[in-house]
Amino acid sequence: MAASGAAVRGGGRAFLSLALGVSLLKCLLIPAYYSTDFEVHRNWLAITHSLPVSRWYYEATSEWTLDYPPFFAWFEYTLSHIAKVFDPEMLNIQNLNYASPRTVLFQRFSVIFTDVLFIYSVYECCKCIEGKKAGKELTEKPTFILSVLLLWNFGLLIVDHIHFQYNGFLFGLMLLSVARLFQKRHLEGAFLFAILLHFKHIYLYVAPAYGIYLLRSYCFTADKPDGSVTWSSFSFLRLIALGFIVCFVSALSLGPFIAMPSIFCLWFKPQGPRGFLRCLIVCALSSFMFGWHVHEKAILLAILPMSLLSVGKPQDAAIYLLLTTTGHYSLFPLLFTAPEFPIKVLLMLLFTVYSFSSLKTLFRKEKLLNWMETIYLVGLGPLEICCELVFPFTPWKLKYPFIPLFLTSVYCAAGITYAWFRLSVSMLPGPAVSKAKLQ
Amino acid sequence: MKEWHSMTIAVLVGLTVRWAVSLNSYSGAGKPPMFGDYEAQRHWQEITLNLPVQEWYFNSSDNNLQYWGLDYPPLTAYHSLLCAYVAEFINPDWVALHTSRGYESDHHKLFMRSTVFIADLMIYIPAVVLYCCYLKETSPRKKIANAFCILLYPGLLLIDYGHFQYNCVSLGLTLWGVLGLSYDWDILGSLAFCLALNYKQMELYHSLPFFCFLLGKCLKKDLKGKGLLLLIKLITTVVAAFALCWLPFFTQLEQTMQVLRRLFPVGRGLFEDKVANFWCSLNVLLKIKSLLSPHTQLMFSFALTFLSLLPACLKLTLQPSLRGFKYALVSCALSFFLFSFQVHEKSILLVSLPVCLILNEVPFMSIWFLLVSTFSMLPLLLKDQLALASVGTTLGFGVACASSFSIFENISEEELQLRSFSVYVRRHIPGFKVPAKMLKTWFLVSVTMMSLLTLTSITVEPPHKLPDLFPVLVCLVSCLHFLLFLIYFNVIILWDHRNGRSQKKIN
Repeated sequence: MAASGAAVRGGGRAFLSLALGVSLLKCLLIPAYYSTDFEVHRNWLAITHSLPVSRWYYEATSEWTLDYPPFFAWFEYTLSHIAKVFDPEMLNIQNLNYASPRTVLFQRFSVIFTDVLFIYSVYECCKCIEGKKAGKELTEKPTFILSVLLLWNFGLLIVDHIHFQYNGFLFGLMLLSVARLFQKRHLEGAFLFAILLHFKHIYLYVAPAYGIYLLRSYCFTADKPDGSVTWSSFSFLRLIALGFIVCFVSALSLGPFIAMPSIFCLWFKPQGPRGFLRCLIVCALSSFMFGWHVHEKAILLAILPMSLLSVGKPQDAAIYLLLTTTGHYSLFPLLFTAPEFPIKVLLMLLFTVYSFSSLKTLFRKEKLLNWMETIYLVGLGPLEICCELVFPFTPWKLKYPFIPLFLTSVYCAAGITYAWFRLSVSMLPGPAVSKAKLQ
Repeated sequence: MKEWHSMTIAVLVGLTVRWAVSLNSYSGAGKPPMFGDYEAQRHWQEITLNLPVQEWYFNSSDNNLQYWGLDYPPLTAYHSLLCAYVAEFINPDWVALHTSRGYESDHHKLFMRSTVFIADLMIYIPAVVLYCCYLKETSPRKKIANAFCILLYPGLLLIDYGHFQYNCVSLGLTLWGVLGLSYDWDILGSLAFCLALNYKQMELYHSLPFFCFLLGKCLKKDLKGKGLLLLIKLITTVVAAFALCWLPFFTQLEQTMQVLRRLFPVGRGLFEDKVANFWCSLNVLLKIKSLLSPHTQLMFSFALTFLSLLPACLKLTLQPSLRGFKYALVSCALSFFLFSFQVHEKSILLVSLPVCLILNEVPFMSIWFLLVSTFSMLPLLLKDQLALASVGTTLGFGVACASSFSIFENISEEELQLRSFSVYVRRHIPGFKVPAKMLKTWFLVSVTMMSLLTLTSITVEPPHKLPDLFPVLVCLVSCLHFLLFLIYFNVIILWDHRNGRSQKKIN
């Protein structure tokens, strides 16, 4: 008992160190380059602070009009009251592209501070991972590895804390809702997801997964022995409760015809919260691949939840490594300024080396990637050298300036498509599974 | 996880933090006409590239020594020349004679930062990694934690990658020297240290321990036989290294004298600006700069410096050991910092490097010292707009050390390396105990005081009558800490019985 108590304390201390360490790194990145998204959010602070609610979605002085759902607008409104203390000039709608040092400091700190929700959600997710072998060294435990993979995620760091966005706390809401579903607190999970949708509508992509899972695994209270639905166990009460929270989710979901196979599996052969998570990831990835007006940052919607699966099974770890390395590399064109080049390369190396070595150590008995997959990933190195170090000095730079972007997109598309394919396949339960269940 | 994976991750974190600090401003940014150390380094590239060697250290119409004249030994000049060749290849405007004065641009900043990074990556970082990998009686996990903390030491990061300097070269070469001496590769070790000395003359702070340790080794090997041979080899190595570096300046006596005059500006006085050493702190109460003549000041400084480092050096010569060598490096450098002539606040880095080397032996006191050393440079860092970077890296260093070393548990006499001292004192004063438990409280008080002073310096305007109030307070607080640390480290050295009586080999 004493040993496990010490282990828990040691784990808690390690988690705190990781969270504090990454937060301090985020503070050091405050002077880095920021994109036009910075001005977008400054403008929204100004709009929500200076105008009555009825005019928020009509205001068009700046080209960056408010195009996120109302909860996000209220979030900006709350922030604007703190912004007043730092620099009231940023709240003037006419101050286009206003970026005084205090404004930068405030906005950057607001992202770092709201990440506290993300840190809490990671803590909750770690509780859902079974610590199989006690007595292992702390840094080899799945919970520790998951903490690092989520807290120090490369994509989140460069998109939120350099490029500038508020994905941290939003993904915190999403991961927290996933954790609640794992913990069988279904209503809470549904509630959190509903709130999330009204912060940023991009999460609609994964709504089908939530809808079907909650309908199938929560409203139907019992399963037949072979896993198929027991119609008689349907609970109207639960459905109404959910309905209050979730009915509009299913109705508004986008692209269900693409995510259909995984949705079918979730209905006909549910595999509990893990199956739901797998379906969520496939929905996210499908929408990334086939959706309308997709941003490259949307790959994070698939990568972050996938971290939870990666510490569970070796096959998932392999898909995770492929998806993450390729997906993170596809974010490189977001940071095109020279001073940030070493930082993005080093952070990418840091995350990639850690994810590979920790997952390989966790699943040391299995071989994670075959030679083809390894060569593909290693090819990212020469690709980066060609695109950012060689190409700018060639005569083609003036005539065909978009070649590096084109090469990056095509190369990464291959890897992401392959990962999507493998993930979809992993959703289909094989015939051996049902036979084993019968026995 | 495999050891080298973890070490790679530790190094990558260190490199990332270095580049993050580089994003900030540098010394003298946007401040004509003189600018700062960054412009000095750029100017040296301009001078060494465009002028012949004979004119580098001399005042002429093309080389105005009042505007950042070269005042480091020849190896710095050669390094500047190397960087200048690359700069000329990329953009000749960066190093054009006269016209490139005060040149500032984003690309130029990236180039200059890259030169520091490459020097660091080639010299300092491999030395740290190797040093930690070969630590004796340490688990692999502790070795990596040690390297991690040393690589995150804020003082060096902020000065090299913020303010802008190349301390990583001289400190790295010194570390290679220490590595050489640890493995009885005395020739290579002394060669590395000679190169360090020829890069920055401040490395003289470390010269006495090197000298005494090597002399002690020669004496131990019996001066009539092997010892004499070693001594001759060492003298030859040192002379050859110096001759090679100073070759272009040995052609005329006037050349050599001029370089020496540039390196040791004795005319500049006991101290300049605010620095956390004894003389500057004493000057607050007793205006010694006006009370004593410059000659007397020089004598006093000389006397006090040597008196304070003599015991440690004597012990090292008579009982040479690697442990004693490392502690002697700390105490001698600290003595020089506190009592020597024309000390700059950045010279504390010369003490910090040896303290990093004893991090695994006395983690609590080393971490305390390293925090104070960073704090002592606060006025300089604030002048360079590095407030956020300073606070961020210092807190990060604190988090890294707290998770690597169990410094919050109870500290014992044994852990402070004061066992033999307290045993000795108990013979005369029975019941004496080192107040180890009180130390934690003093540490908390010290950290609180430093945090409050940092916060006040950043946020509050000083009163009109005392515009230098905060820098002076920082210097006084730091100086007090340093004096106490000097006593502590000397006590460890002088009462260290392990190597005198044990049968262990020199290692």
